Amino acid sequence: MEKRFVYADNAATTRVRPEVLARMLPYFTEVYGNPSGLYSVSRDAAVELDRARAKIAGLLNCEAREIYFTSGGSESDNAAIAGIARKRGRGHIITSKIEHHAVLNTVKALEKEGFSATYVDVDENGIIKLDELKKAIRDDTILITVMYANNEIGTIQPIKEIGELARAHKIPFHTDAVQAAGHLNIDVRAENIDMLSLSAHKFGGPKGCGVLYVRRGVNPRPLIYGGGQESGRRAGTENLASIVGMAEALELSLSGLEQKNARVTEMRDRLIDGILKIPYTRLNGDRTRRLPGNVNVSVEYIEGESLILLLDLNGICASSGSACTTGSLDPSHVLLALGLSHEVAHGSLRLTINDETTDDDIDYILDTLPRVVDRLRAMSPVWERRPE
Amino acid sequence: MYSEKVMEHFANPRNVGEIENADGIGEVGNAKCGDIMRMYLKIDDNRITDVKFKTFGCGAAVATSSMATELIKGKTLDEALSLTNKAVIEALDGLPPVKVHCSVLAEEAVKAAIKDYYDKNGIENDLDASSCSSCCGSCGAESEK
Repeated sequence: MEKRFVYADNAATTRVRPEVLARMLPYFTEVYGNPSGLYSVSRDAAVELDRARAKIAGLLNCEAREIYFTSGGSESDNAAIAGIARKRGRGHIITSKIEHHAVLNTVKALEKEGFSATYVDVDENGIIKLDELKKAIRDDTILITVMYANNEIGTIQPIKEIGELARAHKIPFHTDAVQAAGHLNIDVRAENIDMLSLSAHKFGGPKGCGVLYVRRGVNPRPLIYGGGQESGRRAGTENLASIVGMAEALELSLSGLEQKNARVTEMRDRLIDGILKIPYTRLNGDRTRRLPGNVNVSVEYIEGESLILLLDLNGICASSGSACTTGSLDPSHVLLALGLSHEVAHGSLRLTINDETTDDDIDYILDTLPRVVDRLRAMSPVWERRPE
Repeated sequence: MYSEKVMEHFANPRNVGEIENADGIGEVGNAKCGDIMRMYLKIDDNRITDVKFKTFGCGAAVATSSMATELIKGKTLDEALSLTNKAVIEALDGLPPVKVHCSVLAEEAVKAAIKDYYDKNGIENDLDASSCSSCCGSCGAESEK
């Protein structure tokens, strides 16, 4: 098969959609006014800012004044979690063991400041244990934060149920929806969500731009102080071009979502079935309660980083949760939380596709991967020790 | 993040494989940490006449194994024992700081294989065959020893 370039790391970031880029460009050189200004070029900018806010609010089913623009998912997570913690001053935070580091490390930092925290376990498929979550609730619990869908294994959490539980106990509920936004239909009202983080570059928008939705009545302390932008909740001149691009990208992603997801899910399942034909492989994460574009498998007896490098030499962009690729000495905390051994976690491979992926791309991956795996296993001293 | 030389050795590793009836075999590392290297030596008259390796590990682990075999092939045992991880790193035009332990493993694999040869032939030596001497302890292997 002829070598191709296949981008299969859309959970890391996506290509900016050409329509989105075109929509953004006038805000660099034409409508460049500071939205806080009083003259026409600023008023035009302020109108566009309001439009983008209203558009995103409509897509999430909330009010425009509940949408705050940020620099991305990490800032939104920090602002929501640290914002509630600092407003309350003390107390207990509940989260899960498989959160993104933007959430985990924020909670850990707050523990050092005197807050307490419970990290709720997940089952072997990566779904949070609701009964454990329920048991973790205390009188002094000030926040529950559980991700909408996992960035590594794609599992979709029972957000509505967690929201119900939180509301019954009058505890604010935040969800990191960075992987879900633009890929699943989210309704913050129906799903009892009090705060939600999303990031534009995960659905065809630009990097460095995100949203924090905060339900009216929930008042986290600001993270960034300064001018009065975003109703005093987030200072700094608005990144208008990116905000306009983000609103456009979210709308584009969510239009015709069902048909797109049906096609992406079909490609995903073909990829999973094809990869699992390779001996000594396993699927990580729930088979059905998972993001349409997420594939995460462990390929035993090889190490993830060398797999990624060899796939790259064949034109395929993918990622892994091996220690060598996490930048630390431990493999992914998500895979370990599923109960995988270090050995199996080191050999993980994540492929994340979207509606720009083609059937030819899937064929190419399925043709290339077994050869790459064979080559690495042939030089692996542990491969020959596999149980017969 | 990797130098061109590292990528070149990763893409086209030298001396991959096994030697039947090798005179010395050394294995270091563990799968829990994410890298294992096994080195096979053919030794004639105190000289390494052939060397092969098998490695489970990251790109740097493969490249350092490959480079180490190149650096010791044809050398005397004393010359091979003087191979340092720094020499391996230099020959590869550098390694990212988090990958330095891979070069230590390569150095240790060579020493372990030579020690195996000495031990098999009743040659006294004070070589230390313990692996992961640079181990960070994060994988928990330390407590298993």
